Amino acid sequence: MHDLVAITSLGANAARLDCVGAVTLTEVPDWALASVTARLGQEDACRVALATLLGVELPGPGGMVAGPEVSAFWTAPDQWMVEAPYEAHQDLARAVKEVMGDTASVTEQSDGWCRFDIEGEGLGAVFERLCNLDLATAAPGSASRTAIEHMGCFVLCRTAGGHISVIGPRSSAGSLHHALLTAMSSAL
Amino acid sequence: MTQSNRLTAGRIDRAQVLNFTFDGKRYQGHGGDTLASALLANGVRLMGRSFKYHRPRGVLSAGSEEPNALVELRGGARQEPNTRATTAELFDGLEAKSQNRWPSLAFDAMAINDRFSAFLTAGFYYKTFMWPAAFWEKLYEPMIRRAAGLGSISFEPDPDCYDKGFLHCDLLVIGAGPAGLSAALTAGRAGARVILADEDFLLGGRLNTETISVGEQSGGDWAGTIVAELAQMPNVRVMMRTTVIGAFDHGIYGAVERVSDHLAVPPEGKPRQILWRITSRRALLCAGAIERPIAFSDNDRPGIMLAGALRAYVNRWAVTPARDVVIFGNNDDAHRSAADLLARGVHVAAVVDIRAQAKPIADYELLAGAQVVGTQGRLGIRGVEVRLASGEIRRINCGALGVSGGWNPNVHLTCHKRGRPEWREDIAAFVPGPDGPAGLSVAGAATGLFSTASALSSGSKAAAAALRDLGIRARALPQPATEDAPVSITPFWHVAEGKGRAWLDQQNDVTVKDVKLAHQENFRSVEHLKRYTTLGMATDQGKTSNLGGLAVMAELTGQTIAKTGTTIFRPPYTPVALGVLAGRSRGKDFRPVRKTPSHKWAQEQGAVFVEVGMWLRAQWFPRPGETHWRESVDREVLATRRSVGICDVTTLGKIDVQGGDAAAFLNRIYANGFAKLAVGKVRYGLMLREDGIAMDDGTAARLAEDHFVVTTTTANAVNVYRHMEFARQCLWPDMDVQLISTTESWAQFSVAGPNSRRLLQKVVDPAFDLSNEAFPFMACGEITVCGGLRARLFRISFSGELAYEIAVPTRYGDAMIRRLMAAGEEFDVVAYGTEALGVMRIEKGHAAGNELNGTTTARNLGMAQMVSKTKDSIGSVLSEREGLSEPDTLTLVGLRPVDATQRVLAGAHLMTKGTVANAANDQGYITSAAYSPNLGHSIGLAFLRNGAARKGEVIEAVSPLTGLNVDVEVVSAHFIDPEGERLRA
Repeated sequence: MHDLVAITSLGANAARLDCVGAVTLTEVPDWALASVTARLGQEDACRVALATLLGVELPGPGGMVAGPEVSAFWTAPDQWMVEAPYEAHQDLARAVKEVMGDTASVTEQSDGWCRFDIEGEGLGAVFERLCNLDLATAAPGSASRTAIEHMGCFVLCRTAGGHISVIGPRSSAGSLHHALLTAMSSAL
Repeated sequence: MTQSNRLTAGRIDRAQVLNFTFDGKRYQGHGGDTLASALLANGVRLMGRSFKYHRPRGVLSAGSEEPNALVELRGGARQEPNTRATTAELFDGLEAKSQNRWPSLAFDAMAINDRFSAFLTAGFYYKTFMWPAAFWEKLYEPMIRRAAGLGSISFEPDPDCYDKGFLHCDLLVIGAGPAGLSAALTAGRAGARVILADEDFLLGGRLNTETISVGEQSGGDWAGTIVAELAQMPNVRVMMRTTVIGAFDHGIYGAVERVSDHLAVPPEGKPRQILWRITSRRALLCAGAIERPIAFSDNDRPGIMLAGALRAYVNRWAVTPARDVVIFGNNDDAHRSAADLLARGVHVAAVVDIRAQAKPIADYELLAGAQVVGTQGRLGIRGVEVRLASGEIRRINCGALGVSGGWNPNVHLTCHKRGRPEWREDIAAFVPGPDGPAGLSVAGAATGLFSTASALSSGSKAAAAALRDLGIRARALPQPATEDAPVSITPFWHVAEGKGRAWLDQQNDVTVKDVKLAHQENFRSVEHLKRYTTLGMATDQGKTSNLGGLAVMAELTGQTIAKTGTTIFRPPYTPVALGVLAGRSRGKDFRPVRKTPSHKWAQEQGAVFVEVGMWLRAQWFPRPGETHWRESVDREVLATRRSVGICDVTTLGKIDVQGGDAAAFLNRIYANGFAKLAVGKVRYGLMLREDGIAMDDGTAARLAEDHFVVTTTTANAVNVYRHMEFARQCLWPDMDVQLISTTESWAQFSVAGPNSRRLLQKVVDPAFDLSNEAFPFMACGEITVCGGLRARLFRISFSGELAYEIAVPTRYGDAMIRRLMAAGEEFDVVAYGTEALGVMRIEKGHAAGNELNGTTTARNLGMAQMVSKTKDSIGSVLSEREGLSEPDTLTLVGLRPVDATQRVLAGAHLMTKGTVANAANDQGYITSAAYSPNLGHSIGLAFLRNGAARKGEVIEAVSPLTGLNVDVEVVSAHFIDPEGERLRA
């Protein structure tokens, strides 16, 4: 076991937590990500393999599903991002690749991104000041790619209007956190 | 001061007394007042000076179309010029000032311009200030700009914040007058998602300014009832103080919500305004209509206003500008104003109607078939001269004159996508044409239906029709009984007789005579008319003046108004503060910041950072005692070449390339060969644009048969990724290749210098052999460090030293640099920044962005042999173009000053010794230069004609602009270790 200590995307040892009213903004550093893209001509085999890995049916465009151990959201045609708790999946990409074999290209993405979860009442008012996502029609389990203050982000709706994950570029975690907190202060 | 002109009733909150000042004088108004209504209540008619002639002006309208009453609001950093007094909502403590006057509003020295009006006609500055030419920029223009003009700004940063946001709806209803309320109610009851937006702070539109009843209620009360019902509906969003400013593509509308403009200071953290982007499935324009004036001699005196505005002030705000009023019009609506004024106890001295058959509708004196031919009064109207039907002149004393030339539907938003309005003769107005934005329909007065009953029913029907389009069942509502008067108007634009000037555009001081001059000088198209006279420009965009101007032009040309047409309507509908367009993107938040994994550590070391795109990179790391950046950089360079240095190179783009055809794909992307690169090896690659010019350089490491990691320069990371995606998706969709960016996933550090291997051996796990034999130059592999952390190691060198790049998951980047620095202590390791990186690559003769500058080819770069002739790749064919392969083409060379104390400067041009320094003799230019602490003098890289054959020649580096002329010797670009022994050590 190596002896290096990780820092969070905001550069601290512990995840940041902010509250505005009854809404919380939490930095979530403990999730691993790996991208899965079907190889040419292997699309069907890739879907079967990935569905087996997830233990549930694959999400379609704009969707996400949670399996018993890992979950996944759709990112592009025949491309998904697989999520799993970091502690138990420190080398998620390798593990996923072992299952997918030659049906897919798998790439380590855990540290390419930062994740912030926003939970509470009134998220609609917050997100209408952040991105062009129509939260009122976003069902639980929807996953969208959108721009927040010039940053390309995934916005995952985990429960109906009450729990949203924003996954954005890790190097801009500070700017993304600032944008989210500013919108919360402004709207709530 | 008492509110001497305040009447009874009105839709104001008398219990709320608001104190405010205008030009330092204290006044009082009530809740619900605008600044204009409160000033009128206090007997103030004079509110501003005109743009060009500094004529005294008062309020013309009661809405956002106001051309005259522009004021400065607030003070200090919040000072805000050019605000319309008619839309400024009164709040306690409001400070307002008049503008464009000196020393005071009542006595304005610049009013002298008015005396010279004969010389200041339309286009005067094109003719008057011709000579001498040099005086225009330095003297004439500044002089004109000072004399003319609007308000002033504070030159301080805006202390308030502004938001941007996004909304979505089935139906966007623009305007909350009778048509808009009826539409929103219809759609709201049908369950559709509705946004109802109105610029006013009291919804209801003209219903609040009329005495008509709707069903059993007054118009205003009915509006209040409907608004209350809409506010209860979860599917309806009612947005007051929100102006829809423009129609854009695909049902998208821009809107500005003035969240806190009616407060002295916005609450902490809350925005002053929000710019909304509304995505609507359907939209309905219910923007109503704006009354237009009639031009006549001296029709701009304070107290002369639109008749409908006069009626609005009396009914809604319970104020009258004066106790004696005359009305002048060409239509029935003017009479309604007279009747309402009478009913509120204002003396109507006469109604002057140009129509001989006009009939009175209340107990006032009607002068039918008459015209107002002149007015008296200096700072406010005192009386009018009327030419009666009999031909006699009659003088009538009055303190206000209401003018009505008819009503113009607010067609603006229907024209933002280049739709053209159509002229309707029966109502003498332009109405929306059939070619408006897709998904936008129009109802009520905006479409030329001027009665309340037709507004209510058309709003409801249009909403139901729009929803039916979307598959939402909606029924038009049964309509309450209300006013349903037909339009009766005789078109009339200006009074021909009179001694004074007849003003068409009061904001820009454009008169009927100016339009005649434009016609005379052949500026006859409406667009030329606008530019020549400035008709319809500035903050009001000619809402009250455009039609008058083009009607006069139509008379002069003998064409119809329909044929004459209107100028193009463009967003925004009303002025928008620049602050709200910027939103949160200002100052340090202008754009996102990207930080490297070692940022926190570098900050602790006191690093000086530099912006590289959005990245912040350490430029150098000053040590105590170092007073100049060169000391730090020289030390970092020397220490690295002597022992070992570490630099964060995470910012270089990293693209993960996988798939069965990954090697074949890269073989087509790069000009040099990649198909045969062995697994575990890295190769330098040059990629060309399709036109044969060098695009980017970098490395590709083959981690497996079907897996490469491509690196790009920091600046081109996005461009290269986009270029490769384009090639993958569009050029060769049949290739099995997948791409994804991993730039941020890995914290990557360059470890360079003769001791780099020994340092790395301390952190890389012992299972991995780093000896030169096991891990030679250009090797790569997946390894573990510090007892098991997965990492990647590349033996590549930008500095020319024995060097590696080591990558770990980004979250461990901070820990990794700390560990490397600690492990390197015994080797006197240094951290080096981008400056030292630059110095070392120039010493080594490596090309970077300065050399890959978008104009250079592989041949220029001395890499012609890299463009493989045995395969096809992007740009290889066009790199063979004749013009790119001339024998004396520019070639990359090194330069050193003949006198070692002289400096080589980037940007200087090269001349053959003894020739005149001019463009014809130009031999090339210097791209990069630095002081080399290893050589002890300045060095440079340059593109020189036929450079490869000129080694040893002494040439001149010149910059005629700065007087630079230095003798430099042409040398190899590889100043350090030209044989590459160090990096293979």
